Amino acid sequence: MTGLQTTMDRSSAELEQEISGAEIVVRALRDEGVEFVFGYPGGAVLYIYDELAKQEELKHILVRHEQAAVHAADAYARATGRVGVALVTSGPGATNAVTGIATAYMDSVPLVIITGQVPVALIGNDAFQEVDTVGITRPCTKHNFLVKDVADLANTLKTAFFLAASGRPGPVLVDIPKDITVKRCAYRYPDKVQLRSYKPTVKGHAGQVRKAVQLIASAERPMFYTGGGIILGNAAEALTGFVRHLGAPITNTLMGLGGFPASDPQFLGMLGMHGTFEANMAVQHSDVLIALGARFDDRVTGNLEAFAPHARIVHVDVDPSSISKNVKVDVPIVGDLAMVLAEMDQAWREGGYRLDPAALKAWWEQIAAWRARDCLRYEQGDSIIKPQYVVQKLHELTGGDAIVTSDVGQHQMWAAQFYGFDAPRRWINSGGLGTMGYGLPAAMGAQLADPERTVICITGEGSIQMNIQELSTCLQHRLPIKVACLNNHYLGMVRQWQEFFYESRYAMSYVDALPDFVKLAEAYGHVGLRADRPADVEPVIREALRLKDRLVFMDFQVDPTENVYPMVPAGAALSDMILL
Amino acid sequence: MQSPRHIISILLENESGALSRVAGLFSARGYNIEAMTVAPTHDPSISRMTVVTRGSEEIMEQVLKQLNKLVEVIRVHDLTDGPHIERELMLIKVHAVGPDREEVKRLADIFRGRIIDVTDRSYTIELTGTGEKLDAFLSALDPGMVIEVVRSGASAIARGSRSI
Ligand SMILES: Cc1cc2nc3c(=O)[nH]c(=O)nc-3n(C[C@H](O)[C@H](O)[C@H](O)COP(=O)(O)OP(=O)(O)OC[C@H]3O[C@@H](n4cnc5c(N)ncnc54)[C@H](O)[C@@H]3O)c2cc1C
Ligand SMILES: Cc1ncc(C[n+]2csc(CCOP(=O)(O)OP(=O)(O)O)c2C)c(N)n1
Ligand SMILES: [Mg+2]
Repeated sequence: MTGLQTTMDRSSAELEQEISGAEIVVRALRDEGVEFVFGYPGGAVLYIYDELAKQEELKHILVRHEQAAVHAADAYARATGRVGVALVTSGPGATNAVTGIATAYMDSVPLVIITGQVPVALIGNDAFQEVDTVGITRPCTKHNFLVKDVADLANTLKTAFFLAASGRPGPVLVDIPKDITVKRCAYRYPDKVQLRSYKPTVKGHAGQVRKAVQLIASAERPMFYTGGGIILGNAAEALTGFVRHLGAPITNTLMGLGGFPASDPQFLGMLGMHGTFEANMAVQHSDVLIALGARFDDRVTGNLEAFAPHARIVHVDVDPSSISKNVKVDVPIVGDLAMVLAEMDQAWREGGYRLDPAALKAWWEQIAAWRARDCLRYEQGDSIIKPQYVVQKLHELTGGDAIVTSDVGQHQMWAAQFYGFDAPRRWINSGGLGTMGYGLPAAMGAQLADPERTVICITGEGSIQMNIQELSTCLQHRLPIKVACLNNHYLGMVRQWQEFFYESRYAMSYVDALPDFVKLAEAYGHVGLRADRPADVEPVIREALRLKDRLVFMDFQVDPTENVYPMVPAGAALSDMILL
Repeated sequence: MQSPRHIISILLENESGALSRVAGLFSARGYNIEAMTVAPTHDPSISRMTVVTRGSEEIMEQVLKQLNKLVEVIRVHDLTDGPHIERELMLIKVHAVGPDREEVKRLADIFRGRIIDVTDRSYTIELTGTGEKLDAFLSALDPGMVIEVVRSGASAIARGSRSI
């Protein structure tokens, strides 16, 4: 009798502690310290939404398209360094999210994406709104999970956050069948996860670090080539200190901009297809190339056979598979950059090394001669607005202090070339996948991450229309983004390729029937401003910045035939640049 | 010239999906697969996979690194780096009537095969060995006699007392 009593007591106590899968999801996100969930509801996630609505700590940002939810979470992650979170329903919710997931995957952005799924018993049945989400996203996630037992849910979410943020970051997807969100179990969120099959290397091998430092010290024409890994690994400060101490030149990839201050004289600008003359020439003529958190992308190296032909190469990356993938390197170091840079700095100072001053002086003289080409020059007359001028003015009038997001195309390259980034996490763009439609939702994530800072979305009339519906989200959540549309009436980057490589046959690159963006902005409840002539540019930007708490859509009617220079044609050697 | 052949052993979590991650990696990155086998090990939470592939040294370096990067992969080893033993199982059903019956039996004996099923018109032979040995047996047979062939794909293990 007593025995029975006890058992009943215990089981009722257990029952009290049991919570639903949906509650577990919300509790886990809160325990993870998540601020925002970017999402869009639907049948399979309704229990989760029900729980979200019962609390206030965790804020939900309702987007207008699931792609935008993932881009916004992605930009939030890029702006803060924390894990971004998106929540979408099964079937079309999940497939709409795929472009966002692939974008984050290519740029190594830490995300957790929660997708609803049909109930476990219906999986594989072609049930309503069923897709094989785990199958579809397997090649574009760092890892993904299908949760088939509510008892695994909390652990799986913890593991997802751990995987997303550690090692080489990336998006991790957790697919949760609807019945799992109803089933109940006791909740315990683990503090730590240990996986026997996953142990990223953090510290650089001491012997390799020593070799790297010796090689750098032997250089006559050293060149730093640094990438997104510096930003992702929060190593900008360590990098800046080390490079300044050495006095060597440095270039950044598109993803690495802001990793070293653009206004520093040691910075030669971006390298690669639309890199500066001096950066590309310096890489090509270097005798020691120090690649840090960069992955020798084909937009950077051009023809691999002809890439940096005289250089011995040091390469530091947290992902061993980035090393010697495209270019065979001499001193590979696997590790986390913040750590490895500290090790290198220490080894350099302790070894009493310095670069040969005479050689370095000659090297800088050579670089100065390349710089004198002034490869980014353009002329702003009085009748037609040059897109470069708009970006330069944006930089000037924001004091170079804004977060700039961009879409994909010529405007993206001008933003990268002309908005000098002096700090990391200020430049947010889709480099690896090159996703048009990224810019506006990215600006939402960035604005939420940093509400006090000016956030500018530099876009084109083509790209902005790929996620224009998010203007509605911006109104609902009062996001005072400044959209700067470099409206050239062309899919300009396509037009440029057609001009250069398809004998000026402009197949389908002219964008006819454009909307009136000023009216469109107004229809969404925002402010629209239009600049037709060069003299309008500054007043329009000033007005937009004055309207601190409003979203302002600036429509700059720019030169339709302007091209991005320099340009290395795809597959050519980095030194074979088309210059103005 | 054909790129060198490699036998890769992979220890991975015995979870649904792990196999398709490995298979998907090979197809997505355009790596060649000649054979792939998988089964649980003495520790039921771990599976061992053997992949036979071809590729240059640079490609093999990427194959190993990319496999290691998969979250569920515990260990990867290229067995062709050192001394190892390779075995494959073949079951082969052949027409065997009249004088052929004796001939097939003799051939099976030479290759140390075993006849494991018999009808009045056929034999089924079990043969184990390296891929080369199985190929040799096949080419020793008159192709017209072969009814059906099943090969397991290679299993392989390093020589010596240590595990991978
Ligand atoms: C229209 C267009 C034009 C482009 N033109 C150019 C161009 O001219 N120049 C250019 O540079 N790019 C250009 N790109 C971008 C290009 O496609 C690539 O996205 C980019 O070059 C890759 O940058 P990254 O090498 O810095 O690598 P990322 O993609 O940023 O990868 C980061 C690397 O760092 C590593 N890493 C991450 N975290 C750490 C850590 N903590 N410690 C150590 N390592 C870490 C990762 O493993 C990875 O190898 C263009 C893109 C588009 C869409
Ligand atoms: C989703 C998607 N579709 C197609 C492309 C190919 N593409 C790259 S740039 C570009 C043109 C972009 O036009 P716009 O946004 O007006 O920018 P512009 O180049 O004119 O500055 C296109 C179509 C892409 N990058 N992304
Ligand atoms: Mg355009």
